[in-house]
Amino acid sequence: MPNLIERQRHIIDFTLSSLLRRKGKNCALLLVYTLIVFILASVLFFTHALKREAALLLNEAPEIIVQRTLAGRYQTIPIAWSDRILKINGVISVRPRLWGYHFDSAFKANYTLTVPAGNPPQQGSIDIGSGISMMRGANRGDIIAFTGHDGIPRSFKIRNILEHESQLLANDLILLSEEDYRDFTGIPADQATDLALRVRNSREYGIIAEKITRIYPDTRPIVRTEILRTYDALFGWRSGLLIVIFSAAILAFVIFAWEKATGLSAEERREIGILKAVGWETSDILLMKFWEGTVISLTAFLVGIILAYLHVFFTSSALFAPVLKGWSTLYPAFPLTPFLDLGQVATLFFLTVVPYTITTIVPSWRAATIDPDAVMR
Amino acid sequence: MILHPGILALFLSSLLISLMTIYAASCGFMILRRWDIDSGSELQLALERRTCLISSIASYLLALQLLSLFLFIQTADSISHLFVGAMCAVGTLTVNSFGYPTLLLKVLNFILAGLWLILNHADNRGYDYPLIRAKYLLLLIMAPFILTETVVQCIYFTGLKPDIITSCCGTLFSQGSRGIASEILAIPTAPMKILFYSCMAATLAAGARLFLKGKGSYIFAIMSGVTFVISIASIISFISLYFYEMPSHHCPFCILQKEYGYVGYPLYALMSLGTITGLGVGLLQPFRKKETLGMIIPAIQRKLAAVSLFSFFIYTLIASWPILFSSFNLKG
Repeated sequence: MPNLIERQRHIIDFTLSSLLRRKGKNCALLLVYTLIVFILASVLFFTHALKREAALLLNEAPEIIVQRTLAGRYQTIPIAWSDRILKINGVISVRPRLWGYHFDSAFKANYTLTVPAGNPPQQGSIDIGSGISMMRGANRGDIIAFTGHDGIPRSFKIRNILEHESQLLANDLILLSEEDYRDFTGIPADQATDLALRVRNSREYGIIAEKITRIYPDTRPIVRTEILRTYDALFGWRSGLLIVIFSAAILAFVIFAWEKATGLSAEERREIGILKAVGWETSDILLMKFWEGTVISLTAFLVGIILAYLHVFFTSSALFAPVLKGWSTLYPAFPLTPFLDLGQVATLFFLTVVPYTITTIVPSWRAATIDPDAVMR
Repeated sequence: MILHPGILALFLSSLLISLMTIYAASCGFMILRRWDIDSGSELQLALERRTCLISSIASYLLALQLLSLFLFIQTADSISHLFVGAMCAVGTLTVNSFGYPTLLLKVLNFILAGLWLILNHADNRGYDYPLIRAKYLLLLIMAPFILTETVVQCIYFTGLKPDIITSCCGTLFSQGSRGIASEILAIPTAPMKILFYSCMAATLAAGARLFLKGKGSYIFAIMSGVTFVISIASIISFISLYFYEMPSHHCPFCILQKEYGYVGYPLYALMSLGTITGLGVGLLQPFRKKETLGMIIPAIQRKLAAVSLFSFFIYTLIASWPILFSSFNLKG
């Protein structure tokens, strides 16, 4: 056993020194390889982090949301409907929610308006997110004006600046009272945006949703787990799509690697010839080539992953964020929670190291079967 | 079809594995037909060189097969919440009827590749390629299985349709669309425990006999195969329960997760190592009569038996650890 390890150690030693002798050629390969790993790893890490963020946010979402549709389009829902829905067994509470978006043409920004469930601001005053506060230069106690649905501006006093732990949630948020909301958006007094249901038993979601659609056929109940699933599929699909696009780059890289591995220089051929002449066997040369590939792959793989990690979790994925996030680009930079998972690393390995390794098998074998007399003559 | 990165990686690896297999099998076919060790023709020389390539392809194949097996389970697990009712990989694999066949084929191909490497190792030890025909016959047997795996996996993945919200309706589509069995039917615990430990004891005894006296290689090989099946059944039936500390969660895949300290990886790795080396002992037995291998094969068999014994033993230790030392108890 110690003998076996010694043998491998010597071969690795030899491989490293021979790699270092050809710095230029190997550096170019390493650079391209690292870049490929970096790009793919960034895509995977970023979408995964977004998925987690979405899951964390949705943890506190209501179990079932009931929306109303009219001719397939989304509509406000009559508040009176909540009484009948509350009578369904298993529904703990029904809360009509009021929320929507507002486009501020002066600042070219989209705000989210919400009437909070608990502790709403008094009529005439609002709470705003830190992003709006920064953009409009408004602080606590200031008066701020927004244009309502009828074109008439309304002014509000700022009660609070929201410092939420999740930037994603609170940055563009405006909290206001129900009266102000109805006046501002023009939504009638007996209507709500949707109904939020609390249901304790997760096994009853489906049945309750079915009962609701039976009572009110024009409603569309959305279960929380469905939202999670949809987000997940969406992000998974996005990263998959990017990988498919980048597969052209992978292919180019594989061709590059093939080219590098096949195009042995005269010097390399001579080296192999001499090695064989002094008693190395074909299997030894193959072993050497194996270690060569391992050294290059491992270096590129690790460096690529580390760079991608820094890119995604420390610079918030500056390069890909616009493509992958996909929703309102008004959202500010928000730090993602660092997370690395075994499946991602394995996926990455299959997408980069495996194609590289496989393309180099045949060239390595060709190199290893060179006849010593043919090259040294 | 879900455009999930893991699925794409599996597609790619299957494709590459299949290409390598086709290449290796065509070379193997050539070798089977034209191999003549006494000839000094150019063809024979080229074929001899090619065997070297094939064995390095096969060793990469084995490594890839092992990795892709784990990636397959991992991917199935990570997309499980896309399907209503699926809690982990078990649910995802039952979404359509090609999930489990893919898994089985992956396991089978991994074992076959391992056996091939053992045969190859023995062949390389004899100077006149004594096992060349057997080796390439096995390769030709393996090839259809590997290609089938690629096809079945492709059908499985393309048949996956996630239950997500569509623009027209929410819950209506997902509810009652199908009932996924999120748990596996398991054999009762008590008899399975007796069966597992007695089977393991018998295998270890057969292995020890082979190691010490050099007898009973077929019995040991058969016992290794039986142990493999019983070990998997035991993981489902009771071993996993002790790791989950839950009396009703019979899942062979969740022990691969972080929550359980990735304990599944050493368990499955040891189990397959023990099985492959154990089966390898039996595979080599008929070639003992070959002249050039007369002395070599018994030595290899002893080594294989030692590896197999060691793996099964450590496997049993890890599996028994929580049974003996955790506070979790299955007896009411």
